[in-house]
Amino acid sequence: MSHGLLLVFELTILVLAIFLGFEVISKVPTLLHTPLMSGTNAIHGIVIVGAMLVMGAGGKDTLTWVIGFVAVILASANVVGGFVVTDRMLEMFKKRERPRQNAAQDSPDADVGDRSNE
Amino acid sequence: MSRTTTDLLYLVTIVTFILALRFLSQPDKARWGNRIGAAGMLLAVAVTFAQDEIVSYWEIVLGMAIGGGFGAVAARRVKMTAMPQMVALFNGVGGGAAALISWAEFHRKAPATGNLKVDISLAIMLSAIIGSISFAGSMVAFAKLQELIQGRPITYPGQQVVNALVLAAALASGIAIAAGAEQQWLMWALLACAALFGVLFVLPIGGADMPVVISLLNAFTGLAAAATGFELENNVLIVSGMLVGASGTLLTLLMSRAMNRSIANVLFGAFGQVSSHAAAAADTDGGTVRSASAEDVAVMLAYANKVVVVPGYGLAVAQAQHDVRQLADLLEEKGVEVSYAIHPVAGRMPGHMNVLLAEANVPYPQLKEMDDANPEFGRTDVVLVVGANDVVNPDARNNQGSPIYGMPILNVDQAQTVVVLKRSMNPGFAGIENPLFYNPKTVMLFGDAKDSITKLIGDVKAL
Repeated sequence: MSHGLLLVFELTILVLAIFLGFEVISKVPTLLHTPLMSGTNAIHGIVIVGAMLVMGAGGKDTLTWVIGFVAVILASANVVGGFVVTDRMLEMFKKRERPRQNAAQDSPDADVGDRSNE
Repeated sequence: MSRTTTDLLYLVTIVTFILALRFLSQPDKARWGNRIGAAGMLLAVAVTFAQDEIVSYWEIVLGMAIGGGFGAVAARRVKMTAMPQMVALFNGVGGGAAALISWAEFHRKAPATGNLKVDISLAIMLSAIIGSISFAGSMVAFAKLQELIQGRPITYPGQQVVNALVLAAALASGIAIAAGAEQQWLMWALLACAALFGVLFVLPIGGADMPVVISLLNAFTGLAAAATGFELENNVLIVSGMLVGASGTLLTLLMSRAMNRSIANVLFGAFGQVSSHAAAAADTDGGTVRSASAEDVAVMLAYANKVVVVPGYGLAVAQAQHDVRQLADLLEEKGVEVSYAIHPVAGRMPGHMNVLLAEANVPYPQLKEMDDANPEFGRTDVVLVVGANDVVNPDARNNQGSPIYGMPILNVDQAQTVVVLKRSMNPGFAGIENPLFYNPKTVMLFGDAKDSITKLIGDVKAL
């Protein structure tokens, strides 16, 4: 494939990804803003692929070696830290039963038994 | 592994990331979304190892062990209250990685001039600039939230001009590179100027606005990652990076909309700066502050019909969420109707309070978002403000001179009585006086939120 054609393909998927990125999270409720930010933060850790390609290539000089090595360290910290932090945030929601809207409003005692396993 | 197989497997990773984003926007599936994303990431790493281009492994594995180990330990050890700065830190290192990749690519490909195609050198320059800004900016955001440097806006005359000049210098180096002047020192200048701009750009933004800034820098890192995808002709980088770039931008807009402020106002407004306007806001009609004992407050609560708890950052700092829930349970046993009013930006991040209260197993239906909570304050007997300040400041409604004028707030002053739990009379994170404290309806209960709530529990039990 010629370089120009490849570039056009790349630009095409780039533009599609822009629209998809807007669309896919458009209905996020406020309470998930922070976990979602943290989750997308983990996903851009995909730069680790780039760091691996730089580091793994043959015939590197010392400067490239050092830069690549630091890049691998930083990107791995981004990936692992990002997913673990997001999981810890979301862990807080795990025991909750499915939300029942406004049940508490009229009968404050009704949902005492609702609280799960403690 | 052939390039075709690699790219097909990368496509699987792309699909998992899209599903991850979709699930992360739904409360009941969010955790699965995160796991699906992690699985996709693992696949991408495995596939990359199997690529023919990769000829040496041990240094990659060593680097991953160091970085991954640090990430895992830091993310596990951090307290829930410090999550925001952790997100900033991990975002920053991602941006730094993107900038370094571009530097290495430039260094490798550019020794002989004319080797680089224009689109590749454009991508290198963009990724290096954006990644470097994201790295330095995130580190300043981290330092502000960690209180290593002061959270208040740091401003000086001509600041915007200086910032613009520094950014222009970074861009000029980049344009020179893209135009074919492939000198290594240009890259160093570019990285240094962009990093300096990142620092200068975040310094004048107040600590209370850091979540929006982190979200914006998060989108920046996504863009930088997408640009590295163009350098390396790698689809998974282009699509994943751009997904984060786009969704991060939308999330940034949603967050600033929740504060009723434009993104430009957040970034350039030096919000929370101590100004003459703020001094005007501090004019509290000569009112006095009434403080009460825990016993008094316990009586008020126990004999109320309806109590609304308004949590804020003070609750997070004191780790008082379990105690608050215990108090709410006690009151409910006495027949008091208890609910929680959650301001969208209470705490240091949107959703911060929901996470903390969910940790304490507060039933979800008791959490009221601002629009549902506000109409109810009129028929509320006691509002218990636990460590919240700016989100209940009536100046946002009444005082045009106030820096937070126009921000939607919880109208707690419409209730019969307001009890404010607070450590001292110091102004909140945004550094603004709060006339609510001088309102005749308000009583203050000074002390650490956890201690105060514990005392209240004891006193309510004793009634």
